[in-house]
Amino acid sequence: MSSNLQDRPTPEHTDWARENRLFELRREAERKGYVDADSVRIAGAPFPKASPESGYYGINLLKEPQWSWEIPPYFFVGGAAGAAAVLGAIAHWTGRDQKLARDCRLLAAGGAIVSSALLISDLGRPARFLAMLRVFKRQSPMSVGAWTLAAFGSFSGAAAFAQIAADRYGLPVRMLGNVAEVFSAAAGLPFSNYTGVLIGASVIPVWNEHIHSLPIHFGMSGLNSAVGILELMGHENPALNTLGIGAAAVETLEGVNIEVSRKPAAEPLKRGTSGFITRMGGILSGPVPLALRIAAAFAGNRSSNQLRKAAAISSVAGSMLTRVAWVQAGHVSARDWRLPLEIEQKKELPFIAAAGKPVSKMVKRA
Amino acid sequence: MSTTTAFFTDSTLCIGCKACEVACKEWNGLSDDGFHWSGNSYDNTGAVGHSTWRHVKFVERAPEQGIGGNSPELASWVFSSDVCKHCEVAGCLEACPTGAIVRTEFGGVFVQPDICNGCSYCVVACPFGVVQRNQDDGRAFKCTFCYDRQKVGLQPACAQACPTESIKFGPIEEMQLVATERLQELQARGMDDACVYDPTNTSVEGLHALFLVRGDPRQYNLPPHPEVPTVYNKAGWTSSAVAAGLLLFGSLFAFLGSAKR
Repeated sequence: MSSNLQDRPTPEHTDWARENRLFELRREAERKGYVDADSVRIAGAPFPKASPESGYYGINLLKEPQWSWEIPPYFFVGGAAGAAAVLGAIAHWTGRDQKLARDCRLLAAGGAIVSSALLISDLGRPARFLAMLRVFKRQSPMSVGAWTLAAFGSFSGAAAFAQIAADRYGLPVRMLGNVAEVFSAAAGLPFSNYTGVLIGASVIPVWNEHIHSLPIHFGMSGLNSAVGILELMGHENPALNTLGIGAAAVETLEGVNIEVSRKPAAEPLKRGTSGFITRMGGILSGPVPLALRIAAAFAGNRSSNQLRKAAAISSVAGSMLTRVAWVQAGHVSARDWRLPLEIEQKKELPFIAAAGKPVSKMVKRA
Repeated sequence: MSTTTAFFTDSTLCIGCKACEVACKEWNGLSDDGFHWSGNSYDNTGAVGHSTWRHVKFVERAPEQGIGGNSPELASWVFSSDVCKHCEVAGCLEACPTGAIVRTEFGGVFVQPDICNGCSYCVVACPFGVVQRNQDDGRAFKCTFCYDRQKVGLQPACAQACPTESIKFGPIEEMQLVATERLQELQARGMDDACVYDPTNTSVEGLHALFLVRGDPRQYNLPPHPEVPTVYNKAGWTSSAVAAGLLLFGSLFAFLGSAKR
């Protein structure tokens, strides 16, 4: 009697996580007819093998990127803020649009703050960011990028601060703000696109295969989103539309470049979830705004602004999706053991179908 | 002789006992990694990672007469203990933005845990998929080459625990010589498929952990052409400069062409 009772889980003796796992397994078995887990071999499937054709049991040789969710938005915000600093400085110094220049300063500084917050959040503790500024290593794009962020943050912050101090409180800091603005734009130039170098100079095949185009791709994506955000803030300067056309044209070319690529490393940009996000991002930041903006250039004043707003929303969303897509493609690419092992792609092998999910338990835990 | 040391892991002597895995975990106080049953031969470890710095690979081969006196009817096994390669030019070390990853006086690549800030850029810079961030802790970890033990003149824990001297440790010149001699010996005995894995012809420029394996190194997840990602830097920054130029001159063009507001 008492031994029977001990076999039954009582609330205080039950590990509910493990108990729920049993229900999960049962549901999966009911739904699919088999359970898909490590070490479970579906009837008729070949034995897992380590061979020159299958690598080491199809376990990925490279580690997946371990950045947390903050990194794609960091790429997005940094790109937009860097480009905004350049736009603002040029709008200011060419004397074409002072109101735009003012908003660019605020946008750049705001972006720098958000960028830092995202990066620090990814690192886990604020003090950890300071370790980035221990040394400068030009061979490390992460180091160059961290210093660029530090410089960009300082100068864009100073420029925006001087702007507010001069406008609101009449403090005599306009000159200081103008100097900071120049330095902020100088840092903004690399800051808007360095993330392309950052991921391109890695061992992840889909990234390093595109090292020649990634910085241009990301830089123009940043410009695209900066123009979009400024338009959504209410700016109607036709120069923004011109820049938007240029950026969208480059993004369209990049999309075509990816679509026609026959390299095996480019697969994650065309297949599966990462491929879908890449295409969505590409369409929203390339052809859609391009068509809308060209139409806007010839349309009447009122419909022109509506077309530009639509293009702005599309390119901001496309720019964000593009960064998500590239990071996601990096994950898929890292899991594909065939690329670093230089094993020819054979799509029919069940092994390779299984390679879509992380096989190594350590990767899974991570 | 230099103070540069190296591992030479001879898979033809490995018996798959995993003493090195256990010794490494115990000496370095590493956490467990899940107690999963993989179904991949007798390897339930999978790969090296933040909590696994030695990993014995199990490769099953067709029946053949092995050097250990295998019966010709039985499938033969090859075991190979994997570890951080401590590359001559190390991707992780080049990529580390904090200077946390350094080269020690013994030529090993060491992650200083008090400096690592967990940016995880080294993870995507290692062509062998060795270094990994511990997501609970936030920092990156990998084989230290038992820097603490080497400091006091001891050999690394894995080499110390290896019962068959499959894991050899010593000055790098000596290990390279031992590897060459062992390869010649095996080839003289008719083992034509043996080879020493040391990609000196790539940008990695050689390893401080040599491996003697039988058959295609790819079945041990050893890449034919590992590259240090710094080889992409020049192309990347050139493209970055082009992007900056497009942004700068594009903006100048657009604003100069527009009316004053």
